[in-house]
Amino acid sequence: MSKPRIVALPYSIILIAAPSPAVKKPELVCPAGSLPALKTAFDHGADCVYAGLRDDTNARNFAGLNFDEAAAREGLRYAHAAGGKVLLAINTFPQPGGAKRWQRAVDFAADIGIDAVILADAGLMRYCAERHPSLRLHLSVQASATTYEAINFYRRRFGVSRAVLPRVLSLSQVEHVVRNAGTEIEVFGFGSLCVMVEGRCALSSYVTGESPNTRGACSPAKAVRWEQHPDALDVRLNGVLLDRYARDESAGYPTLCKGRFSVNDETYYAIEEPSSLNVLELLPDLMRIGVAAIKIEGRQRSPAYVADVTRVWRGAIDACARDASRFAVQPGWTNALARVSEGRQHTLGAYHRSWK
Amino acid sequence: MKLAIGPLLYYWNREALLDFYGMVAASNADIVYLGEVVCSRRRGPRFEEWLALARELRAAGKEVVLSGQALIESEAELRALRRLAANGEFAVEANDASALALLADRTGFVAGPHINVYNGETLDWVAGLGAKRWVPPLELGREALRALQQTRPRGMQTEVFAWGRLPLAFSARCFTARHYDLPRDDCRFRCLDHPDGLLLATREDEPFLNLNGTQTQSARVHDLSAAIDELREIGVDILRLSPQSSHMGEIISAFRALADATADADETRRRLDAARQTGACNGYWYDKPGMEYHADG
Repeated sequence: MSKPRIVALPYSIILIAAPSPAVKKPELVCPAGSLPALKTAFDHGADCVYAGLRDDTNARNFAGLNFDEAAAREGLRYAHAAGGKVLLAINTFPQPGGAKRWQRAVDFAADIGIDAVILADAGLMRYCAERHPSLRLHLSVQASATTYEAINFYRRRFGVSRAVLPRVLSLSQVEHVVRNAGTEIEVFGFGSLCVMVEGRCALSSYVTGESPNTRGACSPAKAVRWEQHPDALDVRLNGVLLDRYARDESAGYPTLCKGRFSVNDETYYAIEEPSSLNVLELLPDLMRIGVAAIKIEGRQRSPAYVADVTRVWRGAIDACARDASRFAVQPGWTNALARVSEGRQHTLGAYHRSWK
Repeated sequence: MKLAIGPLLYYWNREALLDFYGMVAASNADIVYLGEVVCSRRRGPRFEEWLALARELRAAGKEVVLSGQALIESEAELRALRRLAANGEFAVEANDASALALLADRTGFVAGPHINVYNGETLDWVAGLGAKRWVPPLELGREALRALQQTRPRGMQTEVFAWGRLPLAFSARCFTARHYDLPRDDCRFRCLDHPDGLLLATREDEPFLNLNGTQTQSARVHDLSAAIDELREIGVDILRLSPQSSHMGEIISAFRALADATADADETRRRLDAARQTGACNGYWYDKPGMEYHADG
C-alpha cells in the first residue's frame, strides 16, 4: 500500500489513505465446446477459451463436441481479432503405441499459432518441451498437481508456465501454492464439480470401462439407461443403479459419484450432491491471493450457457477489480448462475474447509 | 514372480497392525510396502516407528519399501514426504507428483499405481528420473501392459496389483466422516471402526463401492489369480497383494502356490474364494469395466 498523503490544514492534520494499488485482474477462461460457443465466449467478455479436438486426445471426448482443424483455425482467428487467446486441451493420456496421435495434435497446435496447450501426460510434455520449446505449456488439472513441489518440478522439467489446480484445496492451501509456485496458477471458479482429485479417478472405468484418463469420458452417455416405473424413475450406468427419483424429484445427468447410495441402511448422497461450484463470493480473496486465471467448467454445455456464465463472471471480475472492498455478489448474478447449475445449487467445494 | 504386500490402506489399531506384520514377516512374501497412503490425520505409526518395523522386516528377509501419501494438500504433508524421500535406508514408493519432485535423480524409487504412467514415453521418462520399478495404473489392461513390457526400460521391474479392493479415487473430502455427519477436521477417527472400509451399496442393495476415508475403493476384490500364467508370460516381476483384515496369510500362501505352480490351481482358487470378503472382479485386466469378472479371459 502506498504512503498516505498528509495534508496540513490550519489547526489540524488530516491523513488521507491512498487509493489501493491496481489489482491484477485474473483472466477469465471460458469453455468452448464448439465454434459458436467460442465466439459467444469472446462476445461476452472472455479473455481466453479452452477447447479440444474431435477425439480422445482431450478429456471431454463427447459426440458432437469439439473442433476439427478448420474450426480450430477459425476459432483462433476470431479469438485473436477479439484480443483473446485460445488454449488447446490435449490432456488425456496416450495409450501404448498411440502417442503419435497426441504428438500430432501438439504439432498442429504449434503450427496454427495456438496461445497455449494444456497437457497432462509427462511423455507428451517432454515431447512438447523438446519439439516446440516456445509453445506455451499449461499443466492440465488432469496432471493432478496439488502442491508447489509438483508444479515447480514440472516447470523445471518442461517449462510449464501455468498450472490448473485440482479442486481439492482450501482457500488458504491455494494461497500457499500461489506464493510458492514459480508458475501462474489457474483455478476453477464455476461449474460441475469433481469431488475426486482430477486426473486419478477410475470410478467411471470401474463401471463402464471408460474414464477421463483412458477415453476422455466420465459416466458416458452410451452406458446410461433410464427406466420409468409407476412411482419412480431409475437411472442406471452400465446396469448399476445410480439413483431412483420420485415423481416430485428432478433428475440430472447421472454422473456416477452424484448418485444416492446406501451405507449402513442410510440412503443419501454418500459421495456428493449434484451441485455446481460457484466461488463468486471468494473473488476478492482469489484476486488478493494473486490467482492468474479463473476457469469456468462446461465444454459440454450450450453456447447459451457460455453466454450467460461469461457475462456474469466478466461483470463480477470487473467489479471486483474496480473496488474489491466494495465487492458484493449481486442477486442477479446468483440467479443467472443458478439457472444453469447442476442440481440448481451451489457450493464453495473444497475452498471451504467444512466441505471436506 | 515375487509377491509384494502393498501398503496398508486402512486404519488399524496398533495391535492389529503389529500382528499383521508379524504374520507377514513369517510368510513367504518377498516385498513389503509400509506407510500411510490415504490420510495424514490417522495416528498410525510415527516415521521412526515405520523405520523400526521396516528394519525388523528386513531382518526377517523381506525387501521393504516406504510408501508415500497419494494426495498431498498441505505443507505438513510435504514435510512428511520430504522426510520419507530423504530416509536413505529404504526405497520409497512415489504416489504423487510431489514425490517424483523429491525423488527425481535419486536412484531406485518405485513409481506407484497413483502415478499416471499409461504409455512407453512416460515410462521411459519415469525411468530417466531414477525409478527402478513401476506399478501400472489399475485401469491398465493386459494388452497395454504386454505392449509396454516389450519396450520397457532396461532394469525396470513391473509390479501388478493382483489382489484387493481397487483404490479407485482420492478426494479432499472424507466419506467415512461424511457418513457420520462429521467434518474431516473433526472426524473422530471413525475409519478405525472399519478395518476393511465401509461398504456402499446401490438402492437395490448391490455392493458397489467401499468407503475408506478420503479414498474410494471398489466393493469387489480385484483378483488376478486366474491369470497367473498370463502374468508370468507377459514378464510381470511382482504381484501386489493388498492387505485385508482377515485371511491374509491364506491369500499369501495361495498366491505363492499359484506363482510357483506347486499346487492344484482349482483347489487354490477355492481357498482364495473363501478368503475373499466380497465378490471378485478382474475386468480391468481384460480391458473391460473393472467391476466385471471374466472367467475365461
